[in-house]
Amino acid sequence: MKTSALFLGLLCLFISVTAYANEPLRLATTTSTENSGLLAKLLPKFTQQTGVLVDVIAVGTGKALQIARNGDADVVIVHARQAENIFVAEGFGVNRRDVMENDFVLVGPANDPAAISGKNSTLKALTKIARTQSTFISRGDHSGTHKKEHALWQHVGINSMGHWHKSIGQGMGKALLMANELSAYTLTDRGTWLAYKDKLSLKILNEGGILLKNPYGIIAVNPALHKDIQYLKAMRLIAWLTSPTGQQQIDQFKKNGQQLFYPTAIKDVITSE
Amino acid sequence: MASNSSTQLLLKTLLRVNEINQASVAAFQLLISGNSDIWQIISLSFGVSLTAILIATPVALVVSFFLAFFQFPLRRTLISLFNTFMSVPAVIIGLTLYLLLSRSGPLGNLGLLFTSKAMIIGQILLCFPLLVAMAHSSFQAADRRAWETAITLGAKPWRAFFTLMYELRFGLIAAVVAGFGRIIAEIGCSMMVGGNILNATRNIPTAIALETSKGEFAQGIALGIVLLVLSLALNAGVSIFQGRGELQA
Repeated sequence: MKTSALFLGLLCLFISVTAYANEPLRLATTTSTENSGLLAKLLPKFTQQTGVLVDVIAVGTGKALQIARNGDADVVIVHARQAENIFVAEGFGVNRRDVMENDFVLVGPANDPAAISGKNSTLKALTKIARTQSTFISRGDHSGTHKKEHALWQHVGINSMGHWHKSIGQGMGKALLMANELSAYTLTDRGTWLAYKDKLSLKILNEGGILLKNPYGIIAVNPALHKDIQYLKAMRLIAWLTSPTGQQQIDQFKKNGQQLFYPTAIKDVITSE
Repeated sequence: MASNSSTQLLLKTLLRVNEINQASVAAFQLLISGNSDIWQIISLSFGVSLTAILIATPVALVVSFFLAFFQFPLRRTLISLFNTFMSVPAVIIGLTLYLLLSRSGPLGNLGLLFTSKAMIIGQILLCFPLLVAMAHSSFQAADRRAWETAITLGAKPWRAFFTLMYELRFGLIAAVVAGFGRIIAEIGCSMMVGGNILNATRNIPTAIALETSKGEFAQGIALGIVLLVLSLALNAGVSIFQGRGELQA
């Protein structure tokens, strides 16, 4: 009886130890990386090479960083440089690396009431939208895209916005659909735009500017803050994504024949190929 | 080792509780300080739902009265139809309304999608079957003779109708409160046809959903308190009111 109890106890211990060893890495990231299918392509390869399983929590950038602050994630992939810098400066994150980038585009109704198409800079285009009080849909949800939009308006020097600026607090897809319904302008990441453009009568009216770049960073959560952070596994993911193999995988990822993300960790290696 | 980790778990839980406490304190501060964003959301919520219930109630009362007091073809079918429509989910009403009001839909040129008017229409559709069904059962349980006596005594029909409604006030008010309760807390339809636009169509439920998804719990809790207090107060009010009615009877 005693021995069987001891055996049972040992078995439990063994199971819990192995379960602990195989505990998945918790990655909090933005919806754009998950919805585009990029992670579904990258992570199985990472798991295959390292044996580390990954659980993905796909939310907005603000929420992803908040989850990491609470110690509910081990590593984050987000796109809001300023918020990332604060996150690291406050000591919540360590070892930030650039991983990849894509870009934002300014879309709007085909008849373009604010006349922003053509050779306008992004800031000029936004100024025109504000001056003509054309309806503009804002994500308003503290996501990376919303933070980008906010920063752009500040660049233009427009801080108080009237009724033409509609803050909807919803995801990118919903924002595009609303812009379509209301014949409004909006700022979107290219990935979501490509996924939705067939359903919309909107057009890209401004793109390619340096201000519309959208860099993604990966940050490990500071293991000193919470006891159960899987720091080593987090660093393995960072190492793999910024390695030639990981960067190549990002470079080769295509959706509907379009490249969505451009590797930035070791650009030279990729371009010299 | 074991005690160490359980202490840590306890500490962590306490930290969380502390976080919630802080958010709750912040929530009360937001409410008391008259934070304009929050009060804007609250007043929009009430504006939309009160308008909806004020438009829906008179029509629903007349319809349910006719269903209870007069015989006409398809009467039973109509009654079962209203009873069935009570259980139509809000998102289905939202979806239907969205498709109707969308720019590519049949009512697109009214330009109603993503306005508070669309929210009001949605909420009317939501509470109308409930109002009719509940008021109908009140009218049905009423003493027919009250109506007939009033008419034979020479009262005008609308006068008799008001007398009858006064007799049935407890049941009818319960119907209105239940209808209001359904729409003030409703999120699916408001989110779909309103669009959660700040200062235009953002009401309490859509704001709570948004603040939670942003991880800003103080605002969410503040709005949650308002919604909760309101619902509890309404229900308590009705049950006290009804209790008094029973005593008098």
